[in-house]
Amino acid sequence: MRENLHRFFRAARGVGVHVSPAESIDAMRAVAQVGISDRAVLRDTLLLTLAKSQDEKLALGDCFDLFFSQPEPRQDQTEADSDENASQDPDQSPSSGSAGEAGEGQPPEDQPPEGLGPLAQMLLSQDRNAIAAAIAGASGAASLSDIRYSTQRGIFSSRILDAMGLQRLRDDLDALTATNPALAERLRAALDALREAVRDTVSQGLALYAREEAENLRNEILRNAPLARIERRQVAEMRALIRQIARRLRERYSKPRKRQRRGHLDVRRTLRRNAAWGGIPFLTAWKRKHRDRPKIVALCDVSGSVAQVSDFFLLLIHSLHEVVDDVRSFAFSSHMIEVSEILEKKSPEEAMAEIMSKVGFGSSDYGSSLVDFEKEFMSTLTPRTTVIVLGDARSNNLDPRADILRRISERSKRLVWLNPEGRLAWGFGDSEMPRYATFCTVVRQCATAQQLERAVSDIVATYQ
Amino acid sequence: MADQKASTSIEAVQSGLAAQGYIASRQIATAVYLSQQIEKPILVEGPAGVGKTELAKAIAAWRGMKMIRLQCYEGLDEAKALYEWKYAKQLLYTQILKDKLGEVLGGAQTLDAALEQLHDFGDVFFSKEFVEPRPLLQALEQPGGCVLLIDEIDKSDAEFESLLLEILSDFQVTIPELGTVSAITPPTVILTSNSERDLGDALKRRCLHLHIGFPEQRLEERIVESRVPGISQALRRQMVGFIHEIRSLDLKKLPSVSETIDWARVLVLLQATELDTEMVKDTLNVLLKYEADIEAASPQVTTFIAKAARSNVFG
Repeated sequence: MRENLHRFFRAARGVGVHVSPAESIDAMRAVAQVGISDRAVLRDTLLLTLAKSQDEKLALGDCFDLFFSQPEPRQDQTEADSDENASQDPDQSPSSGSAGEAGEGQPPEDQPPEGLGPLAQMLLSQDRNAIAAAIAGASGAASLSDIRYSTQRGIFSSRILDAMGLQRLRDDLDALTATNPALAERLRAALDALREAVRDTVSQGLALYAREEAENLRNEILRNAPLARIERRQVAEMRALIRQIARRLRERYSKPRKRQRRGHLDVRRTLRRNAAWGGIPFLTAWKRKHRDRPKIVALCDVSGSVAQVSDFFLLLIHSLHEVVDDVRSFAFSSHMIEVSEILEKKSPEEAMAEIMSKVGFGSSDYGSSLVDFEKEFMSTLTPRTTVIVLGDARSNNLDPRADILRRISERSKRLVWLNPEGRLAWGFGDSEMPRYATFCTVVRQCATAQQLERAVSDIVATYQ
Repeated sequence: MADQKASTSIEAVQSGLAAQGYIASRQIATAVYLSQQIEKPILVEGPAGVGKTELAKAIAAWRGMKMIRLQCYEGLDEAKALYEWKYAKQLLYTQILKDKLGEVLGGAQTLDAALEQLHDFGDVFFSKEFVEPRPLLQALEQPGGCVLLIDEIDKSDAEFESLLLEILSDFQVTIPELGTVSAITPPTVILTSNSERDLGDALKRRCLHLHIGFPEQRLEERIVESRVPGISQALRRQMVGFIHEIRSLDLKKLPSVSETIDWARVLVLLQATELDTEMVKDTLNVLLKYEADIEAASPQVTTFIAKAARSNVFG
């Protein structure tokens, strides 16, 4: 049983439930307490000890049901035949067990010759439980739980069949074809059924054990894929990934900004507070650590040239609004508008649609957008503000107005430019990046989800 | 053998809690049984009013143990949860004992000698006498064990969680001046959470995770039966059916078990024999706590009553 539980833990990791060694030990102890006879109680127990949230409970419940449902070996016999077998089984059972009883229920002339292999006997006796147990045993021997990719299905099937003694069965089949063709025919049918059962077992194994690997691989690829070249079908997954990133950022940085340093007495405040008692410190006051409140102004290019990426930029800014209290965000292509309110009030999808319909997909004009910003919103910048510009700095050969960017940079704490294009492309064609870069504190390439996460994490971390 | 014992014990838990008026599903009973056997806290999550706090009370009543409750809120710290030095008492004692101290230290000629002597008495003021035990420490000091309810842990700060870890895994706390205090009898710990924020993995790992959702119709009927005995079976079935219909709506706050019980009491008070549209509309404010929710639900009342009555016939 312990072996089975270990395999179940691996399967659980596969469906995304984090099972640490300590948790598996706890689960083992719990299972030892409740026993394994009652499947419902066992299920409850594993759900209680392993799953950590409602989602995980659902996933783990499905995993449990899949794991403990053994694919039945199929019966390709005709209805009547199997019925006959079933009805005769009990009568025959006392005598079964000796070799040569494999063909029970058959007329005596079909009696197979002595010396058939164990697998052949098992198949002919149609003992479902024995066959299922044999398949389970063989898949253990073939270490089915190591299966990772769907392309490995064939090799694992043949390994399992080999472990069950396919070679011997083939010899038996050859021998039988000569001596007893009818029985050979039955055996062949049973073998086909067995193959199918093994294939089902392997598919189940794949579903159980390979998911983790496949998921990790896919996420890893997605993380490092250029945002601009994401395919349509991957957009949904990418959004989920960005949301994960946003959640991580939120968990890491949304802690309270003021914290007590217990153990460090604030003498001045203590004395003042206890003046009424003649300075005897009845009430103590502890020192506090003040942290800068993050103040972020985000300028996001939503023009046609970065249309694909700006989707994700906006998504990330949306999540920034959740992490940081004081964020003002602006979107522009040829002119600039403030979008803070839209992002704060609406769900990401609605907000993005609205922003795109207002200013999106135009041809970008950094110069006039910066003019708009200077005219209306320059006052939002304080010496504590971090300004993030998300854009490719391609201004269609219009005046870049780098002088305004200089003034923005002078008024703020930091100016960070995140560019979805690679460094090589900066300065070529209508890219104004080198001219803007002189006024930026940091310029980073930001083309993949991973780079995006790092950039934003760095920005928020400076305020901690 | 062991299996047999386990399943009967789980049933025993179920009937024990039922005797206290708490109708537990098998999953809840399994969790309570396991927490006792492998000495692990239970973290109960679920919407408000499904009986998370009630569970702790029922366990305490069933086992005849004291229940110690720690209500969490933002800003809760170890001084309020674990222990605190009685500053005022310490100061008062030093004032009263001033003369005595003078006598003790009188023999010393030099400052060093006086200090030396003072060291021998220094620990007096940081002894158990001056520790004010707060709920967590109290729970460890109960000789007969107790049920420790840490309510709404999600309301507290993330730092407070870390403070709990030592208690949850080893049933002990470390007070720098006194050393480690271990539990005399490990308490049964129940933590509740409304999932207002995600709890840390370290905390979750140390607990059995139990999610109590809205109960199934049958179970809810049994709960109402045990809590409001005066209600007729037909009405009970009808009203529970009605509430299940209400829960299918998209509301700000769905009515939970506590609202069901309240409503059952109201219906008994009004001496209702069956649901009718007027009465339901009048008493809807017992079930729904937001004006918008009531507005959303009122037009559906007649349909829901009809549906509930129909399921009554077939159920």
